[in-house]
Amino acid sequence: MIFNKLSRRFSVVVMGLMAMLSVPVAQAEYQLNMTEGVTPISHELYGLHMLVFWICVAIAVIVFGVMAYSIMHHRKSKGAVPANFHESTTVEIIWTVAPLLILIGIAIPATATLLDLEDAKTNADITLQVTGIQWKWKYTFVDEDVSFISSLAQTSRDVIKEPTGNENYLLEVDNELVLPVGKKIRFLFHSNDVIHAWWVPALGVKQDSIPGFINDSWATIEKPGIYRGQCAELCGKDHGFMPIVVNAVSEPEYNAWLAGMKAEAAAAASSADREWSMQDLLARGETVYQANCSACHGPTGAGIPGAFPAMTGSPVVTGAAAGHVDIVVNGKAGTAMAAFKNQLNDVDIAAVITFERNSFGNSVGDTVQPSTIKNAR
Amino acid sequence: MYNETTHDGEGAHSDHDHHGPAKGLMRWVTTTNHKDIGTLYLWLSFTMLLYGGSMAMVIRLELFQPGLQWVEPHFFNQMTTMHGLVMVFGAIMPAFVGLANWLIPMMIGAPDMALPRMNNWSFWILPFAFTMLASTTLMESGAPAFGWTFYAPLSTTFAPDSTDFFIFAVHLMGISSVMGAINVIATILNMRAPGMTLMKMPLFVWTWLITAYLLIAVMPVLAGAVTMMLTDRHFGTSFFDAAGGGDPVMFQHIFWFFGHPEVYIMILPAFGVISAIIPTFARKPLFGYSSMVYATASIAILSFMVWAHHMFTTGMPVAGELYFMYATILISVPTGVKVFNWVTTMWKGSMTFETPMLWALGFIVMFTIGGLSGLMLGVAPVDTQYHDTYFVVAHFHYVLVTGALYSIIAAFYYWVPKWTGHMYDERLGKIHFWWSTIAVNVLFFPQHFLGLAGMPRRIPDYSLQFAEFNMISSIGGFAFGLAQVFFLYIVIKTIKGGEKATDRVWEGATGLEFEHLSSPPPYHSFNEAPPVK
Repeated sequence: MIFNKLSRRFSVVVMGLMAMLSVPVAQAEYQLNMTEGVTPISHELYGLHMLVFWICVAIAVIVFGVMAYSIMHHRKSKGAVPANFHESTTVEIIWTVAPLLILIGIAIPATATLLDLEDAKTNADITLQVTGIQWKWKYTFVDEDVSFISSLAQTSRDVIKEPTGNENYLLEVDNELVLPVGKKIRFLFHSNDVIHAWWVPALGVKQDSIPGFINDSWATIEKPGIYRGQCAELCGKDHGFMPIVVNAVSEPEYNAWLAGMKAEAAAAASSADREWSMQDLLARGETVYQANCSACHGPTGAGIPGAFPAMTGSPVVTGAAAGHVDIVVNGKAGTAMAAFKNQLNDVDIAAVITFERNSFGNSVGDTVQPSTIKNAR
Repeated sequence: MYNETTHDGEGAHSDHDHHGPAKGLMRWVTTTNHKDIGTLYLWLSFTMLLYGGSMAMVIRLELFQPGLQWVEPHFFNQMTTMHGLVMVFGAIMPAFVGLANWLIPMMIGAPDMALPRMNNWSFWILPFAFTMLASTTLMESGAPAFGWTFYAPLSTTFAPDSTDFFIFAVHLMGISSVMGAINVIATILNMRAPGMTLMKMPLFVWTWLITAYLLIAVMPVLAGAVTMMLTDRHFGTSFFDAAGGGDPVMFQHIFWFFGHPEVYIMILPAFGVISAIIPTFARKPLFGYSSMVYATASIAILSFMVWAHHMFTTGMPVAGELYFMYATILISVPTGVKVFNWVTTMWKGSMTFETPMLWALGFIVMFTIGGLSGLMLGVAPVDTQYHDTYFVVAHFHYVLVTGALYSIIAAFYYWVPKWTGHMYDERLGKIHFWWSTIAVNVLFFPQHFLGLAGMPRRIPDYSLQFAEFNMISSIGGFAFGLAQVFFLYIVIKTIKGGEKATDRVWEGATGLEFEHLSSPPPYHSFNEAPPVK
């Protein structure tokens, strides 16, 4: 079975190679070169990339050409007699100065592009704060009071053993980032834990998000569409599983989306004031746990020995509720345990704590209510 | 004529006034002989090449197709981390130290290294260091999984418990390297035969002299970085912890202040090897000897001033980015001079293409490809798109595998007849070259495409658009790995026997080791200084 699959894929590879040798295939899904992208910066980067690339090709053709000629003609088997020249200051000076001039030719456009790239501060229409969290992204629209977390979609998680049917495997998220076209967006990057890097090739943006630092970058998206990217800096176990999806839309659609996000947040806040039943908390808690906690503490609560503690039988989980609430809300300094007050709302935290206390073989039997979390913040 | 050239092979020195090697295992434990220690280093390096290579096979196996089939992400990260550490510190660096031990005394007409007991110690630290590093794989938390660049805070606050073993192992490797470097410098500066002026030294000796200074300058910086990690982890400091007022970006500055010269530590001796092989098989003296020396020195000096080109996405000020871009692309000038000199050495020569020459030519072509992609990476604004992608992976494997490793293999084929007195099997050597060269390009060339198309490095799984090139790359990887097992067979076969090598070995060979010593050389060579023309 697995061999059938492998041989199928192998024949695709062979056919692909043959196609590359004959004519370019219009439908091919692979890509050989950098994208031209959809922002002014990405166009500039693409142009500079191609300029430097062709300069390199020219240098390679000359160097390898001379070498190949020499290998063909100056060989002993063809009766070549070795010359004895071995020094020429003139020649050395020429091939020191010529590359220098080429480098100056590269440095001038490169400097111009770099200055454009770094021009995030002037005339920004929208400021978006991007926070890297192991292993998801948090987006906060600074002037709009809208904030949400975006992580790998369940449809990708479900097919991790056999992803071939899922076109956007590992490049799809639960909550897309919606941005308007034609507006200058200033991104502010920082991190809650380790260093991540927010990278969307089509936007020409790759910037590290670093704890203790705020970096910036910018993009003005020219045309509507879905643009996908990934975390580019090794950030731990699930580094390969924190994609980025930007949905660029017209301004009215963007405003409608913002209004919808605000209404959702208001509804969530009001539901925090009522008393929740054990059953509702457990149901919601399981979803929250699998999305936010299972990466470290394991889908079955077993943890990873030596690295992340287990849920089952944990003294924190089975102890007094106050201690359990404190560690989830405020995190634990000096460890990978994050302060979830910055990531989840009261209901989600209450639900996941209740779930942990009554699952994976734990049976404390109590519920933790959203109001408790509200007071603990 | 110098008396030792009259000896022919084993037993010849028994009538000499010196003892031969001790018998059995203790010969290798207690040896202070530069040839024995060189052999030990080379075998350690080969062992580590196969160990690090087997981890590369795990990586390529998991990346053979999309989806997670073979290993978990945490284990995958351990593999990439350990592969990098083992290859850099275990395979490439010790191989060059092994070549230095074997060759420098013979090339400068010295009887041995200047500090033979320290030489023994600097080798014997290494097996313990690597055993300790390798043992982390068996620990409960698994091996370090934060990449060979171990960026904080992933390597401090968020690291597995085994990180402390990693820190101690890195300390030991650093101590060993610094001792080795001191020995090289002391030998070259004090033990040259009369008449062997600095500007008459073979380029391999020159490149190693400069490399040794780089080692002494930067290994303590690495030691400082891991020590700060240790105190951050256990003693309440916050060097790299933003929550305590520390600075995670400072870690990268310190690491790359070590790391960039380290790159040249791994390539400068390779330049020396190539500069020995090309003239021999072109039957023509090296073109531009003195400019080669100056280019090597320039590269070494520049290597200290470009470190932050690894950090163009960390949010440096524009002025900093501009400076590091200009300084970085400037390195391509002296590097270009070297390539031009090699090509001109071949020009109007009388070339033959024995195995060492093939590997050397492969080096020039593929190292140049890696150098040109390096130039692209040096251009700061576009580097923001190349950074941390498979384009970078392709680049540094072109310079380290088809660069550094190819030069080491070339050096093996070039000098092994001198060392053992046996010619290797020419047919097998050529098969090894073509097999490796085809495989290595199938392995690494498609990774350029993957990186440009948007595949980040260090991911255990990828989206479907990357499937074809990853599969091609993996096939090349398995073939290249197998080729090095074949190399092991060639090495053993050559040591055990083979056609008798002449003292000169190669028609066009020059240098004291070929002109004044038998093949194999006596256990103690140059008890009297040879005449230097």
